Amino acid sequence: MSETAHRPLGGKVVTKPFLILGFFLLVAAYYILRRFLFGMGDVSNMSNGYPIGTWVVLDVVIGTAFGCGGFAMALLVYIFNRNVYHPLMRPALLGGVFGYTLAGLAVMIDLGRYWNAFNLLLPWYAQPNSVIFEVALCVMAYITVLWIEFWPAFLERMPPAFKKRFNLDKLQAFLKRYMYVFVGLGVLLPTMHQSSLGSVLLIMGSKLSPLWYTIWLPLLYLMSALAMGYGVVMLEATLVNRAFKTPSEARLFARLAWVVAGLLAGFLLLRWGDLAYRGYLGLAFAGDWDGNLFLIETVLFLVPLFVLVSHRRVSQRWQFLAAISLLAGGSLYRLNSYLMAVRPGNGWTYFPSAPELMITIGVVCLEIMLYLLFIKTLPVLHGAHQVQP
Amino acid sequence: MNVVSDTDLDRAVQNPDGYEGSLGGLTRRQFLTYCTGVAATLGLSSLMGSRIAAAATAATRPPVIWLSAQECTGCTESLLRAYHPTLETLILDMISLDYHEALCAGAGHQAEAYKAKSMKENRGKYILVVDGSIPTKDGGVYCMVAGKPILETVREAAEGAAAMIAIGSCASWGGIPSSDPNPTEARSVHEVLPGKTVINIPGCPPNPYNFLSTVLYLLTFGKPPALDVQNRPKFAYGRLIHENCERRPHFDAGRFALEYGDFGHRQGWCLYKLGCKGPETHANCPAIGFGDVGEGNWPVGIGHPCFGCTEQGVGFTKPLHALAKVKTFTPPTAFPTVNAPKGKGVSPAAAAVVAGVAGLGVGAVAMALHGMDKKDGPAASDHDTPQQ
Repeated sequence: MSETAHRPLGGKVVTKPFLILGFFLLVAAYYILRRFLFGMGDVSNMSNGYPIGTWVVLDVVIGTAFGCGGFAMALLVYIFNRNVYHPLMRPALLGGVFGYTLAGLAVMIDLGRYWNAFNLLLPWYAQPNSVIFEVALCVMAYITVLWIEFWPAFLERMPPAFKKRFNLDKLQAFLKRYMYVFVGLGVLLPTMHQSSLGSVLLIMGSKLSPLWYTIWLPLLYLMSALAMGYGVVMLEATLVNRAFKTPSEARLFARLAWVVAGLLAGFLLLRWGDLAYRGYLGLAFAGDWDGNLFLIETVLFLVPLFVLVSHRRVSQRWQFLAAISLLAGGSLYRLNSYLMAVRPGNGWTYFPSAPELMITIGVVCLEIMLYLLFIKTLPVLHGAHQVQP
Repeated sequence: MNVVSDTDLDRAVQNPDGYEGSLGGLTRRQFLTYCTGVAATLGLSSLMGSRIAAAATAATRPPVIWLSAQECTGCTESLLRAYHPTLETLILDMISLDYHEALCAGAGHQAEAYKAKSMKENRGKYILVVDGSIPTKDGGVYCMVAGKPILETVREAAEGAAAMIAIGSCASWGGIPSSDPNPTEARSVHEVLPGKTVINIPGCPPNPYNFLSTVLYLLTFGKPPALDVQNRPKFAYGRLIHENCERRPHFDAGRFALEYGDFGHRQGWCLYKLGCKGPETHANCPAIGFGDVGEGNWPVGIGHPCFGCTEQGVGFTKPLHALAKVKTFTPPTAFPTVNAPKGKGVSPAAAAVVAGVAGLGVGAVAMALHGMDKKDGPAASDHDTPQQ
């Protein structure tokens, strides 16, 4: 597969959707400024009872799961050597780059004493037994790795004269030769921190309903991250395919479908099996808030499972719906286990404030804007019809 | 610890110079428990207990020369009140205390001659302990022992010492005698022994276990424990009193005793505003207490502000009532009220944002689905015919 198969889409960058997204970004910037000038209480409803709010849950816990496209595809393409999926690699990677980088940005907004964050990197302050510490370091490392993995896209686009002047050909050759190291890291690191995002919840104890609280949280988080990673690749490719009339990759997805279906089946079996083993099945059908949320999650996971194993998987429309349902299910699972099914007790309640939500929305808008900018100016998408080598 | 009568001891200890004798009437279990306790005090692994036991029961007990300069014998008095081990266990069974003005059996020329003999025989092997500050004015004539300025005696003894310990604030940094106007130009031991490492155990008096633990560390490992910049063992002086003080929660919550005997003082509130120097004084007083009568038995525990005896420039220097310079975090100026709101509920704006995003999402999905299969459907199906 030649690398020139990736090519920039071209076209105008500043379009109407771009400007609308930009407007939301400006609103978010205003509230972010307020957060740094007047403190967290000015814009956010987070409290001592709910120290984890929408910024962490939507931008980091769910945002990085959406960013797992790069991880999921790298696992498939490089580790299991399924090279046919290679055309999907770069767009997935780009999603990962922004998903994670902006999760890092969101954390900096969320940290009360963000100016102390550099202490994470000082080994003498390290607390290696802390799950959060592991997540922080691992995510930082992964962001770096993602940018390195994506770096060839920049290099291919640079004018030869510029490359010559700064001797970048050498860098390009180096990256090409040793990319497997970064790809390896890029697969290893997400397994560590995506499972750790589940481990973080292990200290919740009785604050979290038994429907979510289980010792399998780390594995469930890892599996759901992988499934969401594939889901986001399907979604992204379909949307880009629709919007920019690039060649369809539906045939690729039909084969990917079995992988995702297997993951989903495993996830659901583990979840329900564990629930039955611990004797909490009754809670799922109790008809209350927690039980219903749990059932909605299950339905959202079952829809893609059935679509992907049936003949409907060949339909782009059904594939798209499956991806949406899968991502909604994964997001709801994370939202529930971090926020909606959490009861800190003592009378605490939480609902995000409008400014808090606007910041999260702004971060997502920024992500979409950057994605649009990059695919138009950098060789990210696969331009050729022929995807087989 | 069980009381051991003499007859018990005779029965139990067949050979006073052998293994049982070196245990001084303790059972093996009691002795190992003690050694493990010392290891814990030092923050070492519990496995170190057996190594300490081996060092403490070595065939030749390491000689110790204890010199007293301008001092009040408070350090020795403090040491006499140690119970695990008792001082006699230490000086009779673990070390060989060859010279100590207050404790040695001999007196006058006899004691001096024995000191000279021990120092000669054990040159390079003995531990030198000094309590009290060293006067340096007029050639050190303000503290004469056996017709010689203590300054000279200390310098002579330091020549052949394997390790040197300065016990008490006076020996560690000058203490009371060095306070203004310092008429005798009193100096600490390390100041009169330039270029030599002196382990400082400051305190007025220091907790005996800080001293005993340091000695046992020296015997076990043959080197001093980890020291801070002022050569104080880190295991005992690594943290501020403030960090482990049992009254710390009152400090953080802003509850201060304002004068002796007021409501806050009777309630056991923080003594910072009475001049407690805990926030700028490094010592383990809150952690191990004094006199083996349980925790809480230390100045702050009984309602008196810490006066900073282990810290040069604080103890005997700063006025008792002066506020300490807080070296960790200062308390906040405002504290949360007890009826603070526990969540703000759903604001109309937030609900509108959530509804807007949800609507946008549904709309976007519908728009994306619109005509999706019409155009690409047949093509996709064509592509999708199995190729394997």
